[in-house]
Amino acid sequence: MTKRTVHFKIYRYDPDKDEKPYMQDISVELEASDKKLLDAIVRLRAKDDSLSFRRSCREGVCGSDAMNINGKNGLACLTDIDSLQQPITLRPLPGLPVIRDLIVDMTQFFKQYHSIKPYLVNNDPAPERERLQTPEDREELNGLYECILCACCSTSCPSFWWNPDKFVGPAGLLAAYRFLADTRDQDTNARLDNLEDPYRLFRCHSIMNCVDVCPKGLNPTRAIGKIKDMMVRRAV
Amino acid sequence: MNVAKRTFDAVIVGAGGAGLRAALQLSEAGLKTAVLTKVFPTRSHTVAAQGGVAASLGNSTEDNWHWHMYDTVKGSDWLGDQDAIEFMCKKANEVVVELEHYGMPFDRTDNGKIYQRPFGGHSMNYGQAPVMRSCAAADRTGHAMLHALYQRNVRANTQFFVEWMALDLIRNADGDVLGVTAMEMETGEVSIFHAKATVFATGGAGRIYYSSTNAFINTGDGVGMAARAGIPLEDMEFWQFHPTGVAGAGVLITEGVRGEGGILRNASGERFMERYAPNLKDLASRDVVSRAMTTEINEGRGAGPDKDHVLLDITHLSPDTIMKRLPGIREIAIQFAGVDPIKAPIPVVPTCHYQMGGIPTNYKGQVVVPKDGSPNTPVQGFYAAGECACASVHGANRLGTNSLLDLLVFGKSAGETVVEDFRSGQLTLKPLPENAADVSLARLARLESQTNGESVFDVGMEMRRTMQKHAGVFRFDQLLKEGVQKIGEVAERAKRTEIKDKSKVWNVARMEALELDNLIEVARATMVSAEARKESRGAHVRDDAPDTPENPNGRDDANWLKHTLWYSEGNRLDYKPVNLKPLSDDVEPIALAKRTY
Repeated sequence: MTKRTVHFKIYRYDPDKDEKPYMQDISVELEASDKKLLDAIVRLRAKDDSLSFRRSCREGVCGSDAMNINGKNGLACLTDIDSLQQPITLRPLPGLPVIRDLIVDMTQFFKQYHSIKPYLVNNDPAPERERLQTPEDREELNGLYECILCACCSTSCPSFWWNPDKFVGPAGLLAAYRFLADTRDQDTNARLDNLEDPYRLFRCHSIMNCVDVCPKGLNPTRAIGKIKDMMVRRAV
Repeated sequence: MNVAKRTFDAVIVGAGGAGLRAALQLSEAGLKTAVLTKVFPTRSHTVAAQGGVAASLGNSTEDNWHWHMYDTVKGSDWLGDQDAIEFMCKKANEVVVELEHYGMPFDRTDNGKIYQRPFGGHSMNYGQAPVMRSCAAADRTGHAMLHALYQRNVRANTQFFVEWMALDLIRNADGDVLGVTAMEMETGEVSIFHAKATVFATGGAGRIYYSSTNAFINTGDGVGMAARAGIPLEDMEFWQFHPTGVAGAGVLITEGVRGEGGILRNASGERFMERYAPNLKDLASRDVVSRAMTTEINEGRGAGPDKDHVLLDITHLSPDTIMKRLPGIREIAIQFAGVDPIKAPIPVVPTCHYQMGGIPTNYKGQVVVPKDGSPNTPVQGFYAAGECACASVHGANRLGTNSLLDLLVFGKSAGETVVEDFRSGQLTLKPLPENAADVSLARLARLESQTNGESVFDVGMEMRRTMQKHAGVFRFDQLLKEGVQKIGEVAERAKRTEIKDKSKVWNVARMEALELDNLIEVARATMVSAEARKESRGAHVRDDAPDTPENPNGRDDANWLKHTLWYSEGNRLDYKPVNLKPLSDDVEPIALAKRTY
């Protein structure tokens, strides 16, 4: 790829000076080495240092730079610039309060994550060495533990938009199943009790936006289905 | 500006592996603790570690901590302190097993134990053959570890201050540490965190280099704060260049790829490591492999149209192994190199990865400085662990998987020491000086009013290019001398950075300007320390210190078997002895020898 100019439409809002949000038209010339959307917006920042967004690892493991890119949630660092139609429209993740520009307040998202008790519970005395787990049992955790808490999924979910305080959301439920699926965890009943509620789990209507946007290729809908199965099996 | 004061038993700065491990110790002991972090904890850079954490569990091959200690001392090119190294290697099994109990999803062997893979420089029976010592969760070990530690802290009700950036260390006239000033990103407000104990776990500063595997946030904040507050920095000339960063992108490809059987090849397809390290080959220590790769490229045997990289080949591994053991690497190669490693080799180059030096500490996590006739006198109230600290276990070159181990062992150890000092009554809340926040407020006021200054981006770029050119994989006297001059000039320019954005709310420009102040301290320390060390040792290799019978590999133990201490004020150097004596009387010191793999 050679040098090229890329055009953006970016959601801007600084509560310190703007009365209301607006969309800014802005272009930037990229170097040949700029491949990802994050490269481009870092270059934009060199031009206009007031553009605010979160970023850290730039390789898709820290989960900082989630945003709404041409209408779809994704990570800026894993999105190829040249795959995007221009002008590239960037907005903050939908459904959460905006702090500034592309930065949203993730309090509600993390509150839901914390609500599922995201830690292993095992009340047996700790053995000297590791607890044993077969490779097959360990494989049950694949597709669950890799979540980076970027919030792409939950903020693309209509059920989470309407009830962010009541519905745990796909990220939190994926984490809930990660512990339910762990043979070392002893809290299965309490975990299911914690989700047995018209909203917390059952607001998922399998719309599958979460699966569509997950930058790590995870499948929260399937995990949610498995929790529902566990509920049913427990009832009979 | 109005400055709020908050009081705690302990304040921890940083919520990566070391900070979270220390926090757990304090929270579970019931100390009122604040953990300040400029990113949500699971976004800390520990998340990017891939290949594993070292522990001589011996799950797949025979192993013991003596062998691990030998490998680590040898890997450090004898610059590591043997008391701290013994402590770390001995504690490894305990802290890794603990992590498993916290829920970390380690891969498993067929009999259900933690899966272990070979890694560079780790051997059995004192260098004889590779050993399986790296405990791994696929190639996402850091991610799995950081999340497990965060989750355990959720259980322990640790109090986090998320997206708070620490600005300056507060010390009194006696030099005791009383806490930090910090800014809340969302509001721009500055607070004083007044505490009996202050623990730094702020990570490294790999962003001083142009080409780095490090995250944007790795700006050496704690190291810079300590240096500005008069604490010397230890062994800052030693930077690890990881052999396998994706060419052009810098993104890390774990050494675990070679642990699983990956091979480095030059343009003609030759497995060149056989010539440089006949015994461990591709699994030689990182400094050795990075130099071999650089030599191949410099001598015209690099791959690609510009002959500017070498190839990491795993096409001979079964797709099953790759999908199971290296799934993250496959994603990275496809994303950032545009190749599927099942079908084609990955283009790689040595890339700045890890800061071996840092804030001087002992194995208990206490920050130590020369004072009252001892080179290692603890600073009252100040502790550090992880990459920002120098215990020193990595010496002149770190072994892969020893960094995750370092942050577990010394994060825990620092936490334990704080709890002990707290319970013994040794830690007290000392009165704050009147002007406790003045330094920070002055820095902010300068940024607020600066006109006709330079952009943070431009000055930062000059720093990164200067470091890359003048203090790289191989070092040359003339380049280092020029480098000292140039980085001094960049440091002057950094005092006049100007930001256009004056908003109080989540001002990234302000944050980056403050980070540059920290990076600059690290860059100066690195260049000045490197220029002064007239020998080759570990990752610091000079062309004018070659391999001779008197100085094997250019290492000059008669004159340079000592730790560097750099003081920011006056750009001054001092030195202190290396501790060659292990912690326990019944452990034999690892005797000096020529390093070969």
